[in-house]
Amino acid sequence: MSTSGVPSVDEIVKSGIPVFGGEPVRRKPNRRKKAVPYGLASSGVLWLLVFFVLPSFYMLYVSLSSGLLGTQQFTWQWSNYTSQITEFQSQLIRSLYYATVVTALTLVVAYPLAYWIAFYGGRRKNTYLLLLLLPFFVSFIIRTVEWSFILADNGFVLGTLKNWGLLPKSFKVLSTATAVIAGMAYNFLPFTALPVYVALERIDPKLLEAGKDLYANPATVFRKVIWPLSLPGVFAAFLLTFVPAVGDYVNSALLGGLHTTMIGQIIQSRYLNLDYPRGAALSFLLMAVLLIGGIAYAKALGTEDVLETAAR
Amino acid sequence: MTERDQQPVDPALLRGLTQRRLSRRDVFKYAGAGAGALSLSSILAACSSGGTSSSSGTQAIDWNAKPNGIVHFANWPLYIDKEKNAQGQIVHPSLEQFTKDTNIKVDYREVIQANESYFGQIQPQLAAGDSIGEDIIVITNGQILTRLMQLKYLVPLPKDKRPNFDQYGGPAIKNPAYDPGNQYTMAWQSGITGIAWDPAQVAQLRPSNPTITSINDLWDPAFKGKVGMFGDTADLPNTGLLAIGVKPEESTPDDWQKAADHLTAQKPLVRQYYEQNYINALSNGDTAVTMGWSGDIFQTNLGNPTQLKFTVPPEGALIWTDNMCIPIGVQNPVDAIMMMDYVYKPEIQAMIEDYNNYICPVPAAQAIIADPKGINDPTVANSPLVFPTASMVKNLHTYRVLTDAETTQWNDIFQPVYQS
Repeated sequence: MSTSGVPSVDEIVKSGIPVFGGEPVRRKPNRRKKAVPYGLASSGVLWLLVFFVLPSFYMLYVSLSSGLLGTQQFTWQWSNYTSQITEFQSQLIRSLYYATVVTALTLVVAYPLAYWIAFYGGRRKNTYLLLLLLPFFVSFIIRTVEWSFILADNGFVLGTLKNWGLLPKSFKVLSTATAVIAGMAYNFLPFTALPVYVALERIDPKLLEAGKDLYANPATVFRKVIWPLSLPGVFAAFLLTFVPAVGDYVNSALLGGLHTTMIGQIIQSRYLNLDYPRGAALSFLLMAVLLIGGIAYAKALGTEDVLETAAR
Repeated sequence: MTERDQQPVDPALLRGLTQRRLSRRDVFKYAGAGAGALSLSSILAACSSGGTSSSSGTQAIDWNAKPNGIVHFANWPLYIDKEKNAQGQIVHPSLEQFTKDTNIKVDYREVIQANESYFGQIQPQLAAGDSIGEDIIVITNGQILTRLMQLKYLVPLPKDKRPNFDQYGGPAIKNPAYDPGNQYTMAWQSGITGIAWDPAQVAQLRPSNPTITSINDLWDPAFKGKVGMFGDTADLPNTGLLAIGVKPEESTPDDWQKAADHLTAQKPLVRQYYEQNYINALSNGDTAVTMGWSGDIFQTNLGNPTQLKFTVPPEGALIWTDNMCIPIGVQNPVDAIMMMDYVYKPEIQAMIEDYNNYICPVPAAQAIIADPKGINDPTVANSPLVFPTASMVKNLHTYRVLTDAETTQWNDIFQPVYQS
């Protein structure tokens, strides 16, 4: 008690006497309430821990080892990283380049597609979406192998054109970078179209009407209203297309040729030859490049919360 | 090389020589491809055990003990005779005969799809000295088999417990370079890597000489942009060694570099370094001449008007062998060695061989397959690719056997050839 006989705030709090009347504040339910979000997140966190963080640490450990599977030893082998960077820099750059072209291509094709379905699909939206996805019910490998039949040097398409004299005899599509990029663009199209569609579909039509009321022509409405609002979708599309495209090792193996080797193929053959340490080092490098690139891209877009928006 | 060997071989003779590779290898190679390299590698890394080499200590095996009455046999798919019994079930007559003769049941499972991925699966248990649940596994000679031996993951075989092998095993598979004295392995079947070609295209591109007779034809500028090679660390390097006139088995690192240089010089002519898809490229006309497995050619000719050809060049070709071996931690070793030896009985091998049509490990099976009163299948019995002639056997080479350090050196020399 203070000298004046009136308790100070501190003392009241310590004494547990209710200040505003009623019963003292019970802390238990409060704590439980606070725990709810953590509880809900726990399955996700656990998933991330078990299937991402732990394997990543293990991969880091393996990447600093030397030897082949079975005789691996942890030796702080940093040279795994340095040697792989110098040796496979051209394949890494090529993969990033291919993936950039692929992402740009798929966006150019997918955006109008998604736009049309979102704004003009009417009641049949779901049918159109199903049509978009229909080819992808067939295994991705089979579809890619089919392209190697369709585009064969003397196959149905090129063979016919050559017979008509429209193409020189030596003309080829397969075994070129064009074939690899086209194959990937084809394979990744739905991964680009769907997120863009989701973003466009969410735009309130009233916003477009408001734009028109304010004397904006259709182009301006698109530039000022639709495009900015679809950006999260575009960013998600970029992530879902670019990241797997960089690591892709199937299209190049099936459709590519002499100088189209991608970093994914190198990593794959490292593992197949039991060279886990250097395979892990390359995987880690690739992951680092993609993470740094992804974050830089998010910053460059000027929307730091774009990831959050994209996830919404 | 005899004239017969250079003639285009009757496609029927090529049946099956390597056909299983098509079904076996590609499935796993591309499985989960969509997941991307990132997740693939983290999964692989998570599955592997990075421990150091640990042999589980020597397991004392009493080879004179009584058999347990069961043997677990892990093999590749489509690799043993089968037929439907009266109840409509699929059975393996050779294995049924074994059970009848020995009272040992066979738990036969077609679980091996690729050497590398299978090794990845069993390595953690083997490193820990645990049983992998199999008594016999079948592994192709090459880097994986060598590793299994080096890491002491295989049980040395009792040499006095395989009388049929000693008596009937052929010269092509006895005492191989990768396992002197057959200490750990006994051949299941073998196959040849040679040159496959499209006669129509070859005639068009090189009218002066429309047949492929030599390994050097793969280096002929007439076929620029139409040559197919394998993108791997076994067939491609060893073929390169044969092309520079070096026996792969006796090659030195200097030879490897020379072979790699020779292969690099070939690059302007090469269309692509293929995996399984080389056979599509050849049948679609993308390539005219390609490295190939003979069995694939037969399969393609079955449903295709273009009759592709296969040549075993006089400079030598590669023979690869799938080997039965016993992993450490084995539960039924006596049953296992009995099974392994049993398939060397000519009459049993004839049953298996007439289905498989690979290179037969038992020359004496030839007469039984040819016998009009027996199996009566002269096409298979007379094929030099199932029962190679003595001159052919002399011309067949095995992959270079590599130690740990050599493996890394070898791969570092040859991988840049096909990965650019």
